Amino acid sequence: MADQDTIIIGGGHNGLICSIVLARAGQRVTVLEAGPNLGGMAAEREFHPGFKSALAQTLYAMPRSLIHELDLAAHGLEFASEPLPIKPLSVTGTPQSVAASSLQGADGDDTAAYPKYVAMLAKFAAALAPFWERTMPRVGATGASDLMTFGKLGLKLRLLGKEDMLEFFRVATLPMRDLLDEYFSDDRLKAALCWDALVGSQMAPRSPNQAVLTLLNRMAGKDAGQHIVPKGGMSGLVRALENAAVQAGVTIRTDCTVKSVQIEGDQHGQRCSGVELESGELLLSDRVVSSADPQTTFLNLVGAQHLEIEFTNRIRRLRNKGYVARVHLALSGLPAFQGLETPEGRLIIAPTMDSIEFAWDAAKYGELPEAPVMEVLIPSLQEPNLAPQGQHVLAANVMYVPHDLKSGWTPESRAELLNTVLIELTRYAPGIQDLVISSELLTPQDLAAQYRTINGHWHHCEPAIDQLLMMRPTYEAAQYATPISGLYLCGAGCHPAGDVSGNPGRNAAKEILA
Amino acid sequence: MMNSTNILREDASDPFAGERLKVSYFHDRVKVLNLREAWSSWNGFKFADYYYDVDYEYFCIRNTCGTYDICPMQKYLVEGEDALPMLNRMVTRDLNKLRDNRVTYVAWCTDSGRLIDDGTVFRLGENRYLLTCGSPCLAWLRKSAFGFANVEVTDATEDYAALSLQGPTSFAVLQRMGLEGVAALKPFDIGHFPFMGGSLMVSRTGFTGDLGYELWIEPELALPFWDALYAAGADFGIQPYGESATNMARLEAGFIMPYMEFNEALKTVNFEYDQTPFELDLGWLVDFKKPHFNGRAALLEQKRNGPKVLLTKLNIEGNKPAEESILYSDKNCSREIGYVTSAMWSPAVKANIALAMIDTAALKGEIWAEIYYQRELRHHHKVVRCTIQSKPFWSPDRARLTPPGLV
Repeated sequence: MADQDTIIIGGGHNGLICSIVLARAGQRVTVLEAGPNLGGMAAEREFHPGFKSALAQTLYAMPRSLIHELDLAAHGLEFASEPLPIKPLSVTGTPQSVAASSLQGADGDDTAAYPKYVAMLAKFAAALAPFWERTMPRVGATGASDLMTFGKLGLKLRLLGKEDMLEFFRVATLPMRDLLDEYFSDDRLKAALCWDALVGSQMAPRSPNQAVLTLLNRMAGKDAGQHIVPKGGMSGLVRALENAAVQAGVTIRTDCTVKSVQIEGDQHGQRCSGVELESGELLLSDRVVSSADPQTTFLNLVGAQHLEIEFTNRIRRLRNKGYVARVHLALSGLPAFQGLETPEGRLIIAPTMDSIEFAWDAAKYGELPEAPVMEVLIPSLQEPNLAPQGQHVLAANVMYVPHDLKSGWTPESRAELLNTVLIELTRYAPGIQDLVISSELLTPQDLAAQYRTINGHWHHCEPAIDQLLMMRPTYEAAQYATPISGLYLCGAGCHPAGDVSGNPGRNAAKEILA
Repeated sequence: MMNSTNILREDASDPFAGERLKVSYFHDRVKVLNLREAWSSWNGFKFADYYYDVDYEYFCIRNTCGTYDICPMQKYLVEGEDALPMLNRMVTRDLNKLRDNRVTYVAWCTDSGRLIDDGTVFRLGENRYLLTCGSPCLAWLRKSAFGFANVEVTDATEDYAALSLQGPTSFAVLQRMGLEGVAALKPFDIGHFPFMGGSLMVSRTGFTGDLGYELWIEPELALPFWDALYAAGADFGIQPYGESATNMARLEAGFIMPYMEFNEALKTVNFEYDQTPFELDLGWLVDFKKPHFNGRAALLEQKRNGPKVLLTKLNIEGNKPAEESILYSDKNCSREIGYVTSAMWSPAVKANIALAMIDTAALKGEIWAEIYYQRELRHHHKVVRCTIQSKPFWSPDRARLTPPGLV
């Protein structure tokens, strides 16, 4: 007799959200988290005594509707700040600042173009928003509900009007570079505007695919994709999710690593019957929902012997190499960046779109970028608890850093990368090196180990057109159900994709309850 | 065993050696016997379509015995602790039941239950299996092995010199060779016998539906082995036979042939122009007691709904082979219900036989074949009645008797 209706593997935001929706529908749910803390990539960790940071530091992709649906405000979610502006850094130029509604520090033409650009994206993001919040139709399916989904999506796009719809089809898979070249002339501005379409992926400005789609997905979040720091940092969000889960009756166990998904089989076929923990403990349940990445779920926890051969090989081939490194600095004081009164906001170090492209060129051949591009945030400005009084945390997302460094990740290559990043930071913030108490580099391999995500990809697998929508992570597992009866996915490797959006967790729960 | 690519080319100094067909380990003998120079190719090997006369070779299989060169047949060693679970997930039958030194006939399918190929699995020992099949399958085996920690798949095609010895006198020949204990081999048994300091593996298997064996030896001993076999067989009518005679024998036995009865799923372009085991009347190979194997869900669904078409054995009126005939539900040929995949006049059973793919729904009604034939350049056609036969056309008791009878 099962002790619970559903076991959820992984206590990241998607696992927690899935648990809340299921528990509120009356299920007995147990969440198993391998680490000591909930939150997954949004969990804060101390990287130096007194200095904390989370991999995901801001909220941008979570739809307002989900925050309301989960009633997270009632469970303690508050927002400490206004949306963070994007600040494209320059050593000598005029300071620039980009917010959703306005652009400062650019020339007249670019300033005039900006609202048109934002309005165009916002219109498309709104048309696509319903895509992200529902289960995708099955490939080749002709059932009423699948056709209905296709129909609704088509209608939404059609309602844009003919001109906008055709424009949407034109830009949706356009390389970011081409789109930005159409609207703007300022190199630094264009590089910064690329950022949110590219970060976390294997795409650079010139990459054809659907960087624009990624951007539109992110823009479907609360405040049109602008980044906001919750009160208490991302821990504030995680605590609110935990409170909501506990109040809904969810059992949460941390330090509880799942070793395998138990599959039982007989003449009636296979079905999922629970999980075995690293400790050897068996937990029974007819339903297991995994928020782990698809390769971990299928290849490590389930095992190829229980899966179809072609399906297994599609999972094996998933493109999921991470290309973002994280650098954490514990700073004894607030660094001064050239041209900025305060280093508040998301500081982008990428002088041109070419500089991003060149960094990608190196990384795609397994090398470290000569001049890495990065997004720098000082989260302790919004959330002082992250560092001791008067001191600060600097967190930089550094691109592009290959998971598979050709020369291998050695103490030397790590030191080389960290040094390059510090030199680059010092150019923009002279004197910052004197403030550094401690530094930490997390390569994609480190992220993989830290967050139990194969290959350290932010989104578990690349959010590219071959792995999106009804192909995410691959067909036959793209509707949250898997080929194994009773086993579901609810993580970033599912539709719609990664980021702290919560859509995969919520959609999976809805699919289970449907 | 040696890396034998070089000796498989007739002349390594030939500037086109790499482009020419490879030759079998028995080539020095079979080239002398191929009086008609009737060569075709199989898996890149030069291969006899026939040697002298198709009917003559066919009658050797049925009345005395013949050897069929199976060097070009694909052979894969699957070894390691995970060899059994890996193979058992790949094929539709339950290999847990297979004991040491036993062989079983298997089929394997895509995720959607479409037949990739059929073949035989030899259990050579614990954690050691030999898979044989008609077409190269290494890529699929590698895909199937992914996710299993302790399994190694090796293409062993060129590690064996192999002959199929088939026909009523085949046992007598092996007995004459002095293979002690060969009499005890039951169908699908494997025996090992010393031969000239090496080891000869004998399996009681074949593709003719008759008494017969397959003989496996290391390549270095191929020619001495051939000579010993032919010396022992001289009094028992041993002759080589080629692809054409094989095709006759296998049709009488009701065995399927790639690109006749089925199109290999991985090479099929048109949607569902490949087949499932149920459509090929091989449902008995699909063991749903196994909790999982590749294609299980799709095959279960097909079993529940019933296949739309079924490979059917037909007895056909008259004596004109119904090759490539279209089948109809009425003599006026107004409604097509299927097509013939293989057909022949069977000398052994004195009947006009065929395998045909027929709409399952039409099986209860009349079946008519439209046959085109030629008489001294004049083309004729006729429409003749077909009746369904459930048992194999040819299945002599001697094929199953142990010990086999001495002729």
